[in-house]
Amino acid sequence: MSERKRLRIVALLCRWCSYAGADLAGVSRTKYASDVLPIKVPCSARMDPQLVIRAFSEGADGVLLAGCHPGDCHYLKGNYKALRRFMLLKKYTSQMGIEDERLRLEWISASEGARYAEVVNEMSARVAKLGPLNWRREIPIET
Amino acid sequence: MKPESAKPKIAIALGATCSGCDYSLLDLGPSLLDVTDAVEIVYWPTGIDSKLEDLEAVEDGSIDLVLFDGAVVNEDNLEMARLCRKKAKSLVAFGSCGAYGGIPGLINTGSPKKILLEVYQGLPSRSDKSEPLKFEGEGALPKMLGQAYALDQVVDVDVYLPGCPPPLKLVSSLFGDVLSGKPIAKGTYYASSRSVCYECKRVKENKDIATLHRYHEIQPDPKRCLLEQGIICMGPATRGGCEAVCCNQNQPCRGCLGPLPNAEDSGSEMMSALASIVSLSNESKDSDYSAIFDDINDTIGSFYTFTMAKSLLGRRKVE
Amino acid sequence: MKRVVINPATRLEGHAKIAIIMDDRGEVQEALFQTVEFKGFESFCLGRNAEELPVITSRICGVCPWAHHMASLKATDALFNAPPPPTALKVRELAYDAFLVHDHSAVFYALAAPDLLLDPDTPRAQRNILELVKRIGRDTGAKVLALRKAASDILTIVGGRATHPIFGCPGGISRGLTKEDIAAIKERSRQLIELAELTNKVFEDTVASKKEFIDLFNTDAFVNRSYYASLIGRDGKIGFLDGDIRVIKPDGSVLEEFKPNSYQDHFKETSLPWTYMKFPYLQSVGWKGLAEGEDSGVYRVGPLARFNVANGFSTPRAQAKFELFRETLGSPAHQTLAYQWARVIEIIHAAEKVSELVEDPDLGGAEIRSPIGKPGEGVGVVEAPRGLLIHHYRANEMGTVTFVNLIVPSTHNNSGICLSVKKAAKHLVKGTDIPEPVFNRVEMLYRAYDPCLACGTHALPGSMPLEFELYDSSGRLLRSESRGT
Repeated sequence: MSERKRLRIVALLCRWCSYAGADLAGVSRTKYASDVLPIKVPCSARMDPQLVIRAFSEGADGVLLAGCHPGDCHYLKGNYKALRRFMLLKKYTSQMGIEDERLRLEWISASEGARYAEVVNEMSARVAKLGPLNWRREIPIET
Repeated sequence: MKPESAKPKIAIALGATCSGCDYSLLDLGPSLLDVTDAVEIVYWPTGIDSKLEDLEAVEDGSIDLVLFDGAVVNEDNLEMARLCRKKAKSLVAFGSCGAYGGIPGLINTGSPKKILLEVYQGLPSRSDKSEPLKFEGEGALPKMLGQAYALDQVVDVDVYLPGCPPPLKLVSSLFGDVLSGKPIAKGTYYASSRSVCYECKRVKENKDIATLHRYHEIQPDPKRCLLEQGIICMGPATRGGCEAVCCNQNQPCRGCLGPLPNAEDSGSEMMSALASIVSLSNESKDSDYSAIFDDINDTIGSFYTFTMAKSLLGRRKVE
Repeated sequence: MKRVVINPATRLEGHAKIAIIMDDRGEVQEALFQTVEFKGFESFCLGRNAEELPVITSRICGVCPWAHHMASLKATDALFNAPPPPTALKVRELAYDAFLVHDHSAVFYALAAPDLLLDPDTPRAQRNILELVKRIGRDTGAKVLALRKAASDILTIVGGRATHPIFGCPGGISRGLTKEDIAAIKERSRQLIELAELTNKVFEDTVASKKEFIDLFNTDAFVNRSYYASLIGRDGKIGFLDGDIRVIKPDGSVLEEFKPNSYQDHFKETSLPWTYMKFPYLQSVGWKGLAEGEDSGVYRVGPLARFNVANGFSTPRAQAKFELFRETLGSPAHQTLAYQWARVIEIIHAAEKVSELVEDPDLGGAEIRSPIGKPGEGVGVVEAPRGLLIHHYRANEMGTVTFVNLIVPSTHNNSGICLSVKKAAKHLVKGTDIPEPVFNRVEMLYRAYDPCLACGTHALPGSMPLEFELYDSSGRLLRSESRGT
């Protein structure tokens, strides 16, 4: 890994699939970029656009959302909702100038440890190329 | 009638405003005189000949109620906001502009300074000899700030009276409290703490939207919930207090009374709710939901018309 | 050199200062009416859904929201190729006339009357509507407010509320009127007539019949000879929602007449360093600076302009007053303070129109919307209370706004306002110890125009070249438009 400043990529990982997949990557000692801050959620449906926006607003350089593959959601349809929310949210973040690579949705199953590492490495590299987001919610007043 | 010195002092100051909030006070009709009889208006440039020096001359903290009407967009607005805070016992963010940035907040999709440069100074004109605007020295124009701000983003605010304009019932409620001497807790919002849906008389049956429509594309059923008919209505994520006047007029709520208590960002609340209920009966492994969102090209306009400045992201990315 | 600043300008809508610069002999060298606000509507409306423009542009001004709403509706009707059905047009017209009563009466009583009905040397602290109410009696004040409330009630019935209505839709209106609505409007229409007649009586008794006021109107320092522009109907009468644009010369003869769509060929704009508000001028005459007369491209809009351009009113009571006006002041009338008189006469016409339109059997019709076509381009022009108002939009195939141009009455009048203020200041402000009421008399000149500076400084120049480039988040150029280059 090249020496670069560590980014902060918040990852919302569903506990049934994606978080387990991340665990598997760890247990398998797969090397992957250290920029990700994993957060375990019960289901990818827990992803609320407001959480994502808050993350960006408060310093995240990227947000990764990961859930079970369509058809495999432990709660049956949670990931379908997550997908729809993600689509609408993407339109908003794009319109606000947040680059495409900074917000990503992936389906990662419990057995896909390698896939998790691949996604994390890919995303970290792309976001690193863009640089830190340093979102400024308000321009501080000079006078 | 109380002697002048015992009457509560009121001021109505203007930021980046359309003046609709203070002008709509005239629509209180004869009952407006009950208010004006009972108060002493210290400053109100629209209605009386009070000049800036009059406001500067009053004792700090001596004006019982200062209504600040407008957003903060240039240096004059900023100075006025600070002056109001200094002179007020209780400072009210009057209207959606003061409370959330309002329509002027939409300038946060770009940058006021950049727009100004493009508009007045940068472009050669075909047929005239325009001179650049003067921002320094005597007689200078007030500079634009980097973005539009809601009032509490620049000074401490005591009370909020949102709405575009604030519904007259809510305005009367505030004046009633002030005149009766009732203490108003800091942070009070003169708006309902429940959503517009509670006040809307439309029938709510079943939230499952197959297709979204822009409100000019269809003539909706006047009795049924607009959201259920596929029109983006901000009602579920917006404070009530307006008696759902927009829905009564067959138009969707556009969120002017702002987010509900404990919700910081009504736009993202609504995006979450909307995305959850579209295509509800068509959720499957192979569903492609992109078509249903095709018609939404302007999430800012659809979800943040009045609340851009106070939204979590606040402004488009700063270059 | 000495600089005296009147800050803020009061009893108008919006933010302005007047800087009066005097030399050591106490003579006014310059008087600048500085508009000190800017919002950016023409910029932040880009990228919005075109059908939202009537809602967004209403917020250009909270005093004349119906004017912007109506001009915007006309522009989006055209943009979506959706001419509204007759019922919708009739309801729109009725609402607009109620709005004219609502707006003009507020301007007269709250903004203008303190200067006209109180002693001109009244101290500043008393020179306002509250003092006026004390003088004329609280009962009379309450009565005026109640009568005006009838107008705001009509606007509420039709549009949900008087300020920032929830009313129109491209292709029509969003809610039709019920029988009960129409009955309620009819009841209140009588109060509108009562308000109009009361206001005119007050004006005539205290101003128009008094020689000292007519002399004041005719004082050369308060007379500005300019061109005038307004909408004109086929019958040559004053109309607010339809027609062509006619421009007349200072001598009253016609300079040009054109369809609203081609406004860009006739009005151009320039800017000066000391004010945010731009200066439109007549292209065919040219910009000669802030000057009067036939050689200068300065023109004026609003009640006085309408009275000068047209030949009368289509309603009888207003027509009678129109004739009295012309008899007293001549035609064309260049007396700037006469704007105030023309304004109160227009209240009568608007009230008469409401009474007329409420009887129309089509008013409660069910067909209130036309189907929407493919988005394109549209120009909507109305006579706002303060004068000619132009909204011009373009949208792409998705109905997203790609171009917005707004020319509003107070911008059209900027040159007039600046000219009038300067000429009056030169005449009135002299020496060193200037009594405060003198400054108020200078302010009376801009009040005649009833400026609306939120309108005047919405944003971008009307005809200056503009380039617009839309990039996506990865920096890829999606779209680029330019005009006027």
